[in-house]
Amino acid sequence: MYKIDKDNLPELFKFLTKNGTDVFAPVRKGNQVNFESFTDEVASTLDLDTLKTVRSPKDFVLPQVEHLFDATIENKQIKLETSPLADKPYVIFGVRPCDVKGIEVLDNVYLKDPVDKFYQARRAQGVIISLACTNPQQTCFCKSFNIDAANPQGDIAIWLINDSLNWKSLTDKGANLTTQVKHLLQESSDIDEVEACQKDIQLKIDALPYSRGLPLDKFTPDKLLEIFNDARWDELSKACIACGTCTFICPTCQCYDVKDYDAGKKVKRYRCWDSCMYSDFTLMAHGNSRNTQKERFRQRYMHKLVYHPDKHHGEFSCVGCGRCVNKCPSSLNIVKVIKSFEVDN
Amino acid sequence: MQELMKAKAQEMLSNGSVTRVLAWKKGDFETNPEPAFFTKHVDDMVYNQYCATNLSNFMVGVEKEEGKTLVFLKPCDTFSFNQLLKENRISRDKAYIIGVGCEGVKVIDEMQETGALLEKCNVCTKIKHMVYDELIGEDVTRRVTDDPLTRFKDIEAIEKMDAGERFAFWQGEFSKCIRCNACRNACPPCGCKKCVFDNDNYDTAQKANVTTFEEQMFHIIRAYHVAGRCTDCGECTRVCPQDIPLHLLNRKFIKDINALYGEFQAGADIETLGPLTDFNIDQDAEPSIVYDRG
Amino acid sequence: MCCSTHDELIPQIGVITAIKTETSDVKTFSVVLADGKGKAFEHMPGQCAMLSVPGIGEAMFSITSSPTNTECMEFAIKACGKLTDYLHTLEVGNQITIRGPYGKPFPVDDVLKGQNILFIAGGIGFAPVRSVINYVLDKRENYGDIDIVYGARSASDLVFQDEINTRYKNDIHLTVDRQEEGWTGNVGFVPAYLKELGFKTDKTAIVCGPLIMIKFVLAALLEMGFKKEQVFTTLELRMKCGFGKCGRCNIGSKYVCKDGPVFRCDELDTIPDEY
Repeated sequence: MYKIDKDNLPELFKFLTKNGTDVFAPVRKGNQVNFESFTDEVASTLDLDTLKTVRSPKDFVLPQVEHLFDATIENKQIKLETSPLADKPYVIFGVRPCDVKGIEVLDNVYLKDPVDKFYQARRAQGVIISLACTNPQQTCFCKSFNIDAANPQGDIAIWLINDSLNWKSLTDKGANLTTQVKHLLQESSDIDEVEACQKDIQLKIDALPYSRGLPLDKFTPDKLLEIFNDARWDELSKACIACGTCTFICPTCQCYDVKDYDAGKKVKRYRCWDSCMYSDFTLMAHGNSRNTQKERFRQRYMHKLVYHPDKHHGEFSCVGCGRCVNKCPSSLNIVKVIKSFEVDN
Repeated sequence: MQELMKAKAQEMLSNGSVTRVLAWKKGDFETNPEPAFFTKHVDDMVYNQYCATNLSNFMVGVEKEEGKTLVFLKPCDTFSFNQLLKENRISRDKAYIIGVGCEGVKVIDEMQETGALLEKCNVCTKIKHMVYDELIGEDVTRRVTDDPLTRFKDIEAIEKMDAGERFAFWQGEFSKCIRCNACRNACPPCGCKKCVFDNDNYDTAQKANVTTFEEQMFHIIRAYHVAGRCTDCGECTRVCPQDIPLHLLNRKFIKDINALYGEFQAGADIETLGPLTDFNIDQDAEPSIVYDRG
Repeated sequence: MCCSTHDELIPQIGVITAIKTETSDVKTFSVVLADGKGKAFEHMPGQCAMLSVPGIGEAMFSITSSPTNTECMEFAIKACGKLTDYLHTLEVGNQITIRGPYGKPFPVDDVLKGQNILFIAGGIGFAPVRSVINYVLDKRENYGDIDIVYGARSASDLVFQDEINTRYKNDIHLTVDRQEEGWTGNVGFVPAYLKELGFKTDKTAIVCGPLIMIKFVLAALLEMGFKKEQVFTTLELRMKCGFGKCGRCNIGSKYVCKDGPVFRCDELDTIPDEY
């Protein structure tokens, strides 16, 4: 275990950036906190107290836009210039336990069968420094997915206690980074302090409104057809305005589109986040397999609660971060969906 | 007031004078009610200062459905209703409108009050219902702004910036956009069946911002498209997950329209022709000409 | 250009070596690699490839040729959208991009081996079926009897006329939707014609065509005594990646691009009716 004063963080970040590692950390701008690239200018607006960034750290492993290649067509000849894979090391600092799990969910999709090379390269460069949730909030429900907000995973875990960061490396990547910045850290053996903090967090989590157990046991792959055909989807989806807010701020939503951008002399092919809430998501020349918003809405929740678990050994692709609970323009969210299935039809 | 509304809704549903009720349904917190249609019982219906959604927009969705809809509208929402009527996107005879009083809508974060009201409520001038069949609790409506021009204060501040500052300001705001389309989908006048930004047949189709130029395209095109039709209902700003002050774009248009063509409030009625659709070669011309003429 | 780190989404460059006009809206394109190295990849009947013209779009097409064609890959493409319309304007020598193969093929080397096979196709649905038929004909000794039932809107909409009149001649039963001048064959929809022909149930059926046709053909086959386990079909949904990541071609927890496009019909009962 190590320690570093909160006030000394900018110095640590500066050291890393000077040595060629990008640092992304939660920064406050106006009413919002988001992960931003660390520079001297943002040092004063670092915000480790706000629990949730609006956008999830998904941005750094699966960016909203990923350039695949440039194509030029001259004299009927197509030439492709492939985008290089990520090769710059980076640190995402202050990732909450739910978001760490979110990245694991993405890993389970993108690092397997077949491996996504762009994702793999970017993921390999990143070190995740997680931050325990000293003050969990009303819309948190990570506990329902067996995520322990007091025991963050990732490469290095941090507990912020009295403006001091307790630093524990969890993986080889974490150990390497720790060695690199050791001169800025103090050795520490305050295990008791961390344990007290953990206990405090667990008590707070248990007292949250959504911690009283969500009926997730209702969502099992063997009941796929039954849940799919349930009449409740009609009403659940009525207020959905078909925007992509929930999908884009979600740490696990993973679908993408592949598109071309004609930049005049060349065509840029890129992939970008897509949303199953959009009507063109499944639109083909001869028709659409999901014609109504009800079908699109159902797809999103079926994917998170049934389809993904079916493909990934029971792992839900929701981590209970509560972002959708906070941000849906119509106050719809996954918790309302899960709860509505509490009683069998 | 909520109880009066529920009683009325239940009565009209039960006696068959309406097929459905469009109102707000209680959420799992007191602070997150959702827009909802009721067809039998209204037990879960709520009305409080957390009921933010402008329900007018949901009337478009039931326009093609059988029967009449009882809809509850706050004063500002009635302007949107009128605007939709004027554009023939909904019909008056399919709605039974109950205008409800409004004390302003509270801003919620993490299901708790922040102590603030929505931006639009702070500069609210829309204290009267513009269209209704009946009113319930309209006397609770309080005027939040005494000075109707308060809402242009932010615009004036931006106008005072030089071009570089202004560009930097909007660049900063637009770069936050994640293209979730919430502003577009929540916007009553934004009503194209196939948005140019969704239509693969045009080069304008885009799902994410590939260049910084594109970032600006979406919001500026949208602002232009609703100019003269935007009632300033504030939904775009409310729903933006990234807190982009989108109302500033619309309000700049409203301010300029007022200055160039005379005071105009979209949605105040359904007869007055919009300043941008009522072109008269003798009186109006290009904005620049009107501007020079003074 | 990086090749060792080649991601699945990076295609190869292909060149069109032949274009055959099949009908007023269907053309068959022969494609090889532009660098002269022959076919872009090996495939099995039923598998698909992503074809693209940068700037226009990329889409999934079934591979019409049999793997036994060692020269090139063929794609029978109907002009019905932005990319396919554009492909129809291309000429021999033009380049396109190609990646694949994607999806599970028809089980030609196991389940279908030694079987009598009944091929049923409608319209452009003959494209993927042709790959299997040619494979089976090229390895004739491995399979039992073959019957082909093929229908289209009109006689002029029947694709692969050359092969219909030569290679397939003795095994094929043709039908068109409406009576027309000069047509001496059967008139009527495929399902009805199928029942009229009354095949014995000692066959494995392979069905391709518009979804509505597949549904009615399946009903007809069941009526004739076939079991769902004896029938294979292919489904088609919008795809962007081709390997189960972009997230749109799923039916329940099956991705059509990866777990399909070939499905045994009893599998369809286990997935939601959303295709």
